[in-house]
Amino acid sequence: MMTNPAGRITQGQFSYLPDLSDAEISLQIEYGLNKGYAWSVEYTDDPHPRNTYWEMFGIPMFDLKDAAGVMLELQNCRKTFPNRYIRLMAFDSTRGVESIAMNFIVNRPQHEPGFGLVRQETHGRSIRYTVHSYATDRPEAERGS
Amino acid sequence: MAAPLYTIPGAAQPVATPAAQPTAATAAAAGTTLEAGGLRTVNQVLAQSQAGAVMDELERDLIGLAPIKARIRDIAALLVIDKLRMNLGLQAQAPSLHMCFTGNPGTGKTTVAMRMAEILHRLGYVRKGHLVAVTRDDLVGQYIGHTAPKTKEVVKKAMGGVLFIDEAYYLYRPENERDYGQEAIEILLQVMESQRDDLVVILAGYKDRMNTFFRSNPGMSSRIAHHLDFPDYAASDLLRIGDRMLEQHNYRFGPGARAAFEQYIQHRIVQQNFANARSVRNALDRARLRQASRLFADKDREFTPEDLTTIAESDIRASRVFQIAAAQNPD
Repeated sequence: MMTNPAGRITQGQFSYLPDLSDAEISLQIEYGLNKGYAWSVEYTDDPHPRNTYWEMFGIPMFDLKDAAGVMLELQNCRKTFPNRYIRLMAFDSTRGVESIAMNFIVNRPQHEPGFGLVRQETHGRSIRYTVHSYATDRPEAERGS
Repeated sequence: MAAPLYTIPGAAQPVATPAAQPTAATAAAAGTTLEAGGLRTVNQVLAQSQAGAVMDELERDLIGLAPIKARIRDIAALLVIDKLRMNLGLQAQAPSLHMCFTGNPGTGKTTVAMRMAEILHRLGYVRKGHLVAVTRDDLVGQYIGHTAPKTKEVVKKAMGGVLFIDEAYYLYRPENERDYGQEAIEILLQVMESQRDDLVVILAGYKDRMNTFFRSNPGMSSRIAHHLDFPDYAASDLLRIGDRMLEQHNYRFGPGARAAFEQYIQHRIVQQNFANARSVRNALDRARLRQASRLFADKDREFTPEDLTTIAESDIRASRVFQIAAAQNPD
């Protein structure tokens, strides 16, 4: 079973497209800001699909008017963690929605090892299957940034 | 500053800024035609952008302030010429537009800053044209490590618009060498240099204190291209400002009241704590109070719109300023 055939994980918006350029990212941010979303930057080294909550890079940015502010924070994050997954998330605070409205990856590690299938033998002959991300094979402190 | 961009279901519709919508459209239109090229004269550029309208409006709406208007005209001209240069493939580096407004209280520093954001937006220099007005409290934190995120957050909010720092000299407290203000200044300096295309920083404050501030922060002074000094208003300007304020509030001077107000201004200018346009506004507010209690005393009278909008001479003459003036010059 191939879980990561292209060597690129596909999560969030635009993940089947080539990486967005900075200008394209700015346009997406601009679109979100016009909708009144609050952007935030998050990073992780474990792209497991169930790893919902990535590390926050600074607090969400409310009341912004222009994409330059988010881009500034994104560049800071890229400088700090060049070899991790970084995503931008747009929070829609409209009453009744109050959740993430946009979410796309803007930075990937050089090498994306993907996932392995783990088989666990349980009662009798039954087997449980789960997905394991190779990126977490080494202890967290040794994985680098 | 904190007005939500989204609509909350059930809440009143947020009022769109009247000027922002059409200008954004024309700015975008200007951008596309410029890329296509073809603009060769100043008039063609003026027709595309709204620089001409902006300058006319400025002339009409702001009374006095001749040096300020001249400088804004210069900036507008430069931006227009830059567009022409760009069309011919010449290099057009965006000028640095960080400004410093100095002047006595009530000379219109804040008012002009508010207009400046809109003007620069309509001239196509800043992308969004909003104004973020802050003071020391919004930039400087209360403990170690608090200042940098706080300042950066404000800067991020101001991106695409104008960051207006009122009474900027408070940022630097020479008497306390461990004051966190210095940290905020350093971040601002960095942003003013590296994000020049993204935001315009305007510092404002009283002249002497700003000079002290710049002497101790030479880096700040050199990063600011435009030092604008707001002159005090002449008495005739103040009278016209008064007229304008009354008009805005749907009031007018009754017979003799305008002459009385002119005298009032002449007395007030030489008295203590005179704050130019702000004093005029306060004087008119008090005149409105007196007018209200004068009308209030007439319990059974039916008022015409005339009565309700007229400031009478007695409303102005009752001011304490006249008594003080009389006491000082008994003749």
